[in-house]
Amino acid sequence: MTRISLTVDGEKVADDVEPRMLLVQYLREKLGKTGTVIGCDTSNCGACTVHLDGQSVKSCNVLAVQADGAEVTTIEGLATDGKLHPVQEAFRECHGLQCGFCTPGMIMRSVDLLKNNPHPTETEIRVGLEGNLCRCTGYHNIVKAVQYAAEHGATTEGAPA
Amino acid sequence: MTATQDAPQLEIGRDRRRKEDQRLITGRTRWTDNLTLPGMLHLAMVRSPYAHATIKSIDVSAANAMTNVVDVFTGKDFGEELGVCINAWPITPEQVTPTHSPMPADRVAFAGEIVAVVVARSAAEARDAAELVDVEYDELPAALDLKEAAADTVLAHPDLGTNKSAYWVFDSKAAGSGGDVEEAIAKARTDGIVIEREYRQQRLIPAFMEPRSVVVDPTGEQYTMWSATQIPHILRFALAATTGVSESKIRVIAPDVGGGFGGKLQVTPEEWIAWAVGRRINKPVKYTETRSESLLSAHHGRDQWQKLTLAAEKDGRVTGFKVELLADLGAYVAIVGGGVPVLGAFMFNSIYKFPSYHFACQTVLTNKTWTDAYRGAGRPEATFGVERMMDELAAEVGMDPMQVRELNWIKHEEFPFTTVAGMTYDSGNYEAATEKAMQMFGYDELRAEQKQRRDNKDTVQLGIGISTFTEMCGLAPSRVLGSLDYGAGGWEHASVRMLATGKVEVLTGASAHGQGHETAFSQIVADRLGVAFEDVEILHGDTQVAPRGLDTYGSRSLVVGGEALVRAADKVVEKAKPLAAHLLEASIDDIEFNAGRFSVRGTDQGMAIGELATAVFTAHNLPDGMEASLDCDATYDPVNFSFPHGTHLCAMEVDTETGELKMRKYTCVDDIGNIINPLIVSGQVHGGLVQGIAQALWEEAVYDDAGTLVSGSFVDYLLPTAADTISFDIGHTTSPSTTNTLGTKGVGEAGTIASTPAVVNAIVDAVRHLGVNDITMPCTPERVWKAINKSGGGADPTEESAMPHFVEGEANQDPGVTGEGAQQ
Repeated sequence: MTRISLTVDGEKVADDVEPRMLLVQYLREKLGKTGTVIGCDTSNCGACTVHLDGQSVKSCNVLAVQADGAEVTTIEGLATDGKLHPVQEAFRECHGLQCGFCTPGMIMRSVDLLKNNPHPTETEIRVGLEGNLCRCTGYHNIVKAVQYAAEHGATTEGAPA
Repeated sequence: MTATQDAPQLEIGRDRRRKEDQRLITGRTRWTDNLTLPGMLHLAMVRSPYAHATIKSIDVSAANAMTNVVDVFTGKDFGEELGVCINAWPITPEQVTPTHSPMPADRVAFAGEIVAVVVARSAAEARDAAELVDVEYDELPAALDLKEAAADTVLAHPDLGTNKSAYWVFDSKAAGSGGDVEEAIAKARTDGIVIEREYRQQRLIPAFMEPRSVVVDPTGEQYTMWSATQIPHILRFALAATTGVSESKIRVIAPDVGGGFGGKLQVTPEEWIAWAVGRRINKPVKYTETRSESLLSAHHGRDQWQKLTLAAEKDGRVTGFKVELLADLGAYVAIVGGGVPVLGAFMFNSIYKFPSYHFACQTVLTNKTWTDAYRGAGRPEATFGVERMMDELAAEVGMDPMQVRELNWIKHEEFPFTTVAGMTYDSGNYEAATEKAMQMFGYDELRAEQKQRRDNKDTVQLGIGISTFTEMCGLAPSRVLGSLDYGAGGWEHASVRMLATGKVEVLTGASAHGQGHETAFSQIVADRLGVAFEDVEILHGDTQVAPRGLDTYGSRSLVVGGEALVRAADKVVEKAKPLAAHLLEASIDDIEFNAGRFSVRGTDQGMAIGELATAVFTAHNLPDGMEASLDCDATYDPVNFSFPHGTHLCAMEVDTETGELKMRKYTCVDDIGNIINPLIVSGQVHGGLVQGIAQALWEEAVYDDAGTLVSGSFVDYLLPTAADTISFDIGHTTSPSTTNTLGTKGVGEAGTIASTPAVVNAIVDAVRHLGVNDITMPCTPERVWKAINKSGGGADPTEESAMPHFVEGEANQDPGVTGEGAQQ
């Protein structure tokens, strides 16, 4: 067991974890942050995407011990003071989700995409979301949601560090 | 209360944002795997690496000795309480059906079959211990290739003596619905056109995003199972029917379910094993599959050979269509099983007035993962077959493929129309949908560009693909299901509960897993009862909350479940009328109901339905003999299937030098009757399109010659990404269904059913002038290139599309157990 301390969704947490424990397992099993989900074993699907020190990562591809000292934001920490992040709002507005299983990862990835490229073209959005799989929407409305978020200030308000 | 009310805005037809979304976009979700119960133990499955083998011995001692391992069970440890996985649809009385034990003790019939289960305090420890279970197998020859299996070369289940499970036939002459197809073919051979083709429907994997998960809680008076399933009600029935537990002692909950597409329309070994283990050790247990396990052992879809013969006059008028199918069931006959190709039997004639028709399907057992429903289930296969053949006919006649279709399709004034397959299509307008689609698509301009590229001998050629589809959905009239020997009915149930505060609780037996029932059903009830959209709560997916139902599949929820809602709501109104008359001191004959308000005809007196709900709650002043409840139930059995249709047009660019494909444009105009929520409909269409396009271009479950699934992870099973796909132009025409009150038709599967042949037709159209008349799916650049460079065309025998794994002596290969191979 290894001791780790980190900040998750604004709260300081510390735990003893097995060295092999993945960050996504730590979030789900130790912290009960079940908003972040596991969709595959091969880091293809991106359903587990969170922000690690402000950058989107697939949390199945990070060991919990690697997150020691880091700041992690999950889908559960994205809304602030009860107000949805503009990207969350955009996904609802544009019907960018159906079953919603890929949605946490898709939203976290989109937030990071817009942070790095506030006014992406459709192609840039599509390439930027390539690491996140969705089986329901055919991506059409996800792309629209990211475009909508870009037009409605996703990069200026509510974006976490 | 005042009598004034704002003019109500109708909910039906509004693009309401979904009620479901708030929790889904904030991570406040209840996926089965999120559940943790006190003392809960975790399961890991030990699976056969062999496609076919006898189990010589299983040594569980090392696994059992691990710290935090509670127990290890094999098939021998259970008797009848383990139950069996059922087939609900024996398609013929003589169907050969192997017994499907959830955990066989003696012989495995596909790679991935469960032979032992480890119970441990954590999922990781269970998995560690599963590695230590030592199973000795005697490998048996495996039946893998569908055609060879159909010839009984190697037996998938030696004790059955054959791989042939059932042979199902429909013949229009025998049924009296049309002529003799053999006569039509014979005549066409002498003075008409005969098109003969063989098409491959490759094996697909539904690949819902949420891996399956099951939790069983045996504590308390009732056993509770949470499962990531589409079918909580059917699951409960099947558990009771096969494991000896009284149905009244079983509660099944499908909480948030992350997609299904037919893949969670199943009763699974994993559920049955978790059930048996939970009951045996009297502790809550959980099993969540890995993605690899999901791809390996959750049922697959499609997998057919289609031998098609189309007879026509020289002018392109079809005189007969003969369909001979081989369908791979995999190792067992799944819950719907052979019923899947049979669902296509009524659709190969599609929108056309074929005078004669013959359909025959041989279902075949193999040593591969069992197959069952995957989005569209039978109708995508049929639509592909007929729409590809119509293009081939057009090429033979030398007509535009749309003209050949128009020559043969049912005209709008001919509805209702009874087809050669015996179905009565209630409504439709193929001309209108086609005209709109061609205009949106820019059909003539794209044809002109195509001609220009041909004339210029461009290396990149353009092809236009058409699919004028129809399908049958809204499963299903119970009497029809009975006549087909299906083991259950096709009704759906709804309850409307009027709460004391005027809010409305609605129970539906349709169990959503992403479709948006909570939103669309709220819209229906809000209009019907004249209450606010926000005041309607839709409850589903728990057999103790919504006790009756037949769940969600086959594009049935709206057309069957929605009609049940309408009927239950209408009953509430009727039940409330005597109370309204009583409280308003009027004759019941003078009571009118409109927009949520009961009023006395010719006066301004009235009461809102919510006020009546409060009056019933207090029950201080009810008419004599009236019970203190306005709640009503309705069970609706549809009178007919639903027949959505549409015209889909696809433009593909084909690089003739490399075989690379690019989708240029995709336009569809679907007629799905009246639309409840256009936003939800658009999502269903987009998602459906991509699944159908993915069959055409990317997806295939590939086995090696030992029967190992090679495409067993998302690295190898190619789900499309955002970067692989385009945005779509979708539109609608409206011919309201005449068989349900709301005039709706199903939409959940339409996109998938229609899009596959549109894409393949476009690819073939782009290179037909190079001598190509077919490319086997998935149409990979390699296959396209080979087809172009082997002029003369013709279908390749299906070549497996995955790259070989672990080629010795090449870079990036299997590092081996020591990991040394990774060092360069």
